[in-house]
Amino acid sequence: MAAIRDIAKVCKSKNAGPFQLTIDVVFETRAQYDSVAATGVLNAELIGRLYGVEPDEVLFTPYPAGLAFKATIPRAIPAGDLGDTDVYGCQQHAPLLDVDIPVNWPAAER
Amino acid sequence: MAVSSATCRMLSTSGILGYGFPESSLELGMARGIHMLGVDGGSTDPGPHYLGSGKTLNSRRAMRRDLQLMLRAARKHGVPLVIGTCGGAGGAPHVAMTADIVRALAAEDGLHFRLATIDAEQDKATLKRAHGEGRMARLPGGPTPDPAAIDRSERIVAMMGPEPIAAALDGGAEVVLAGRSSDPAPWAALAMRNGLPPAPAWYAGKMLECGATPAVPKGHDCLLVDVDGDSVILEPAAPERRCTPSSVANHSLHENPSPCIHVEPGGILDTTDCLFEAVSDRAVRVSGMTWQKQPYTVKLEGAELAGYRAITVCGTRDPLLIATRDDFLARVRDAVAQKAAALGVEPDEYRLIIRRYGVDGVMGPAEPLRDARPHEIGFVIEVVASDQETADSVLALARVTMLHTDFPGRLCREGNMAFPYSPSDISTGPVYRFSVFQTMALDDPLAPFPIHYEDL
Repeated sequence: MAAIRDIAKVCKSKNAGPFQLTIDVVFETRAQYDSVAATGVLNAELIGRLYGVEPDEVLFTPYPAGLAFKATIPRAIPAGDLGDTDVYGCQQHAPLLDVDIPVNWPAAER
Repeated sequence: MAVSSATCRMLSTSGILGYGFPESSLELGMARGIHMLGVDGGSTDPGPHYLGSGKTLNSRRAMRRDLQLMLRAARKHGVPLVIGTCGGAGGAPHVAMTADIVRALAAEDGLHFRLATIDAEQDKATLKRAHGEGRMARLPGGPTPDPAAIDRSERIVAMMGPEPIAAALDGGAEVVLAGRSSDPAPWAALAMRNGLPPAPAWYAGKMLECGATPAVPKGHDCLLVDVDGDSVILEPAAPERRCTPSSVANHSLHENPSPCIHVEPGGILDTTDCLFEAVSDRAVRVSGMTWQKQPYTVKLEGAELAGYRAITVCGTRDPLLIATRDDFLARVRDAVAQKAAALGVEPDEYRLIIRRYGVDGVMGPAEPLRDARPHEIGFVIEVVASDQETADSVLALARVTMLHTDFPGRLCREGNMAFPYSPSDISTGPVYRFSVFQTMALDDPLAPFPIHYEDL
């Protein structure tokens, strides 16, 4: 088992327009990306559970060309509307950092 | 990177006009021989305030600095300068302010050129007619198109494609200041006008719209892109930065719902099958992008007034208060409601928002660590009402109530909150929200975007 915070190269969130939030997890090598993809842990259901949205509201895209997984979800509150906490949407990634992925990479690869 | 007649080389200075860029990078980039330089001027990313208020995102001084260097470089080398989404939101006041700076700089530097400004702000009656004709469509996550939202809006812009910019260049413009534009449009316009196909032209624009962001290390700096019939080559102007296949591939993730499907006016740029190859240790060729033509639509963005805001900032270091914070804040809300009612302000006439930094200030209800016990909590207390005086009055009540409300086990009887400022209360003025966010089908990509020329 390894937490995303220990094995990903990038884990970030950002607005995709004012009404959607997009979250990216990027890995360093193709072998790492493939082994994470093979576990099937990163998917629309996981994102839905972490962010309190229905899985069918999650646009989940594996992006092998970028060694990345992308998930786009509706914002609970549009950017800058009353009660919004994060106008740029760039600090909503933290729940993913602690997700465990069942991979056993050699320490050197982490 | 040799320029032939079948290719086009373009430069972008940074992510947004006014972010700044190293002057040396612009000089290095211009020396490579380019067909156009440009910069994107904004987006919806900083929120609805700029569209609603008509104010610019970056300061006049910062925009002036960038524009002066760009104007001098463009005129010296005789290449067009195109700015998209002027002033941050691309409405009429934003274009006007940018044009004002350009006129002043032209006079100051003795530069003469044909200036085109392209309006993107839309007339409400025309939009409602288009709504009646069934031309509006909802965007993912956005509101359902509604003529009432058009009426409520302070300002509505349409996001132009490359066509109005290309038309301005056809009209002899040497400097183009466009209102709200699709971020890649300035560069896609020039590449397509030079006879290159839409797929690499749009892809080039997608890379150039953020300046050197597709390079590493990241920073506000210049990017060069060569476009040919089926590929683009990216290279940062500054020698200390480089593009790598992974840095370029990953730029497709930035602010897009999908890294592969990019919906633009008139079509979809599909990057699913893109191939990223290093052509040197600093330059990357991308090929394999496709363009699927679609019925022509533009995005509409509108902002409406949501009220007037007042805020105050304070914090507690009291573990007894922190242990019972939810009850304490409920008590504060009730007390504020009572005191406000005594001033003739009913609960439905204001909105009290209490942000708790150290608890859930960043993620709100989505915060998974709900039971953490911090040693201090920072509060931003906010009141929004229909006028500033009401917001200020209720905020003042909320401030004193936070300070002095009793709670079980309270020992800190002189006050619950540390306030860092005097005055503690800040009137922040009008608050806007996005009211319109949808597409509108067009028969003519030029129709909503009138072009005005002037010879300076």
